[in-house]
Amino acid sequence: MKTLVINGVSHQVEAPDDMPLLWVLRDILGMTGTKYGCGIAQCGACTVHLGDEAVRACQTTMDMIDSQPITTIEGAAANSIGAKVQAAWLEKEVVQCGYCQSGQIMSAIALLSSNPKPSDAEIDDAMAGNICRCGTYVRIREAIHAAASA
Amino acid sequence: MIKNLHSRRGFLKGTALATGGILLSLQLPDAGRTRAALAASGPSPFVPNAFVKIDDQGVTLIMPHTEVGQGIYTSSAMMMAEELELDLDQVKVEAAPPDMSKYMDPNLYDQATGGSMSTRSDWMRLRQAAAAARIMMVSAAAARWKVDPSTLKVERGIIRNPAASQQLTYAEIAPDAATQPVPKDIKLKAPSQFRLIGTRAKRVDTAAKVNGSVLYGIDIRQPGMKIATLALAPVKGGKVASMDEAACRATPGVLDIVKSGDDAVAVIGEHMWAAKQGLEALALTWDNGVNGKVTLDTIVAKMDEASKTQGVVIRNDKNAQAAIDKAATKLSAVYQSPFLSHSPLEPLNCTLHIRADGAELWVGTQVPVRAQKAVADATGLAPEKVVVHNQLMGGAFGRRLDIDSIEIAAKLLKDIRYPVKMVWTREQDMTHDYYRPYYYDRVAAGLDASGKLVGRTHRVTGSSIYARWAAAAFKNGIDPDAVDGAAETPYDEDAVFTDYVRQEPDGMNTSWWRGVGPTHNVFVIESFVDEMAAASKQDPLEFRRKMLSRNPRALAVLNLAAEKAGWGQKLAAGHGRGISLQFAFGSYLAHILEIEVGKDNMIRLLRSVIAVDCGITINPDTVLAQMQGGMIFGLSAAMFNRITLTDGAVDQTNFDTYRVMRINEVPKIEVYQIHNNEAPGGVGEAATAAAAGALANAIFAATGNRIRSLPLADALGA
Ligand code: FES
Ligand code: FES
Repeated sequence: MKTLVINGVSHQVEAPDDMPLLWVLRDILGMTGTKYGCGIAQCGACTVHLGDEAVRACQTTMDMIDSQPITTIEGAAANSIGAKVQAAWLEKEVVQCGYCQSGQIMSAIALLSSNPKPSDAEIDDAMAGNICRCGTYVRIREAIHAAASA
Repeated sequence: MIKNLHSRRGFLKGTALATGGILLSLQLPDAGRTRAALAASGPSPFVPNAFVKIDDQGVTLIMPHTEVGQGIYTSSAMMMAEELELDLDQVKVEAAPPDMSKYMDPNLYDQATGGSMSTRSDWMRLRQAAAAARIMMVSAAAARWKVDPSTLKVERGIIRNPAASQQLTYAEIAPDAATQPVPKDIKLKAPSQFRLIGTRAKRVDTAAKVNGSVLYGIDIRQPGMKIATLALAPVKGGKVASMDEAACRATPGVLDIVKSGDDAVAVIGEHMWAAKQGLEALALTWDNGVNGKVTLDTIVAKMDEASKTQGVVIRNDKNAQAAIDKAATKLSAVYQSPFLSHSPLEPLNCTLHIRADGAELWVGTQVPVRAQKAVADATGLAPEKVVVHNQLMGGAFGRRLDIDSIEIAAKLLKDIRYPVKMVWTREQDMTHDYYRPYYYDRVAAGLDASGKLVGRTHRVTGSSIYARWAAAAFKNGIDPDAVDGAAETPYDEDAVFTDYVRQEPDGMNTSWWRGVGPTHNVFVIESFVDEMAAASKQDPLEFRRKMLSRNPRALAVLNLAAEKAGWGQKLAAGHGRGISLQFAFGSYLAHILEIEVGKDNMIRLLRSVIAVDCGITINPDTVLAQMQGGMIFGLSAAMFNRITLTDGAVDQTNFDTYRVMRINEVPKIEVYQIHNNEAPGGVGEAATAAAAGALANAIFAATGNRIRSLPLADALGA
């Protein structure tokens, strides 16, 4: 039994050490906002924050988590940057199918938390791990700039 | 995409049915309810037709087409809210249940979402359905107030009688409206009266998509639900040779192993991790069967051979071969377009709860009636005993026009009585796709001494998707999709010969892929037109312009794109611009792409300029989004993607080997729209079809290297 602090709430979880956080969130805790896209750190759909860091939940196994708080898309709005990013996403109509967007938003929040005014190149660097099959990249870039100046 | 198969009259008949017949038949049960029944159950909803439901909860619009991200829920709701005199914040949208009699796409002859057809099919019928509902409610209010309906005003769902300061909301009058006659002659608003259509209305489906609350099929949870994942024979026709059931069952969290035939095995677990671990422990080995030696090369060799013999003639005007034989300049070439995977980001999945007397299916599908039938067939239940809960989709791109994943799940789970969510791993999804067919095109053309095109031949060789997917549309050996864009081009040309050779690949399933026929044919035609310009030393833009005397809308988009792209302005060394022009999905589109090819042959995409005329526009921001997204989807494939096989099995298993364009690789994309009130054209796939040709032509402009086989980055050897 392990205690995970997710979006400020403690959860007691019984799961094997090698089980990725992705499936703990989705299948044990029922928090389905974090998505499965590839399972091999290629797509970024499963991005969450462990402490302040954006990590791939499909690669973050239970034994890698100590007491760091976890933030998922469901808790993103609690943070002022998160709320700004979500608002900018809607303002710029970034979303198409939306399946990648939890991960995109979590990556964008991590970027803006460490770099409040990123350049295009810095956005590219930070966001290149997140695939969008619908091709919303142009608007993702616009929305990050918009959130940065909101 | 079935445009050759029926006349415009057929379409009108379809809309008449949808607005007249259905209105009436749905109307009757409500009107026939007795007062006692009404009192017992509370006010019944006003359901004037298949698309509108009004009750004390408000107005619900039933969406005949499914939302895959393309924004159809918003466009459809806009069309209906326009005639209902409502704003988008006043309506809820709901996926239509499977019901061919009400929700068949009149152009696809199926309850299906595809071919960039949705707006074209719904433009009349949804507005008529909404207007009928409004007319009936206004008439009911007029009857209650004993006034002439034409004196009443409607705004934001409130009906007012200006003469007597009376007002009623739709919810208040809805019960009365059910007894009103269904209007026969419905006058729709003229474009000049639109207040919603043509505006950048906000999408109705996105708020829940930015906070994690949205549910896709893969997010479904039911009480007592377990999770399964599967393994299919890596080679089509292969069979399980061995598996270690004991090791699988010993895996913590594993509940069950289920099999279907010899080629599909699934492990059910407490969660996906247990199911995956269990499947690995099963250590499956396979007998590969007859396709065990198939490779991409063996498939292509057969296509090459098949393409040497004339196929079914599609178009034969003015003896093109004779014209070419006499021409001053002759060209011929072979173009090849690879197998492609759809790989929507949400892997295939569905949730089934099968009981002895019925079943429930939760899935995101582009074909709900087929989905229902798949479960019925696998379980022996009657179709009406299968309830389909259609979900939002995390992308589809054509993949969810097939129901193989639902059929397999239903076969695997037919004896399991608790709800199970079947989730495909990305690896199973990518290696068991129904791929965009490989196409092998032989083209030839002749130009006279003045550089004018005098004859063109085009033989398309490839799989027929229609023959499998809608056999009725595969008539006389002609697959209208495979040749869409090959026989008819935007250009003035009289001597044209086009034929089609059906050649099914060994060991591969094929299906619709975003952009369908035009994606491959526009690449071939537009590359070849560029070759003609080069062979006769003409500017690619001027050469095209001269051939558009009969096609003013195509010329207009071409001119607009050329002007915006700065065609003719000098480019730096290593840079090149390429054009692609098309009429496809009912829309005109010109694309000019500027690229740089580095010394290392690395291609950098710099600027993509798109000019589009899609007729009347429901939501210009949706058009823009589809242009941007469709272009990136097409460029991604044109740059990087092809599916190959070794020993009958697909080599690409995940996004590490099937590369998807990322944010740092996309060009600047500019979209210019020509606005008019022509009938709406499709936009979901148009830009995808315009990607590869422009890219190939830009590479030629930059390097002098003509590449006739996709993907282009591979061909350059970068
Ligand atoms: S699912 Fe984790 S990176 Fe793709
Ligand atoms: S919006 Fe569909 S994958 Fe990004």
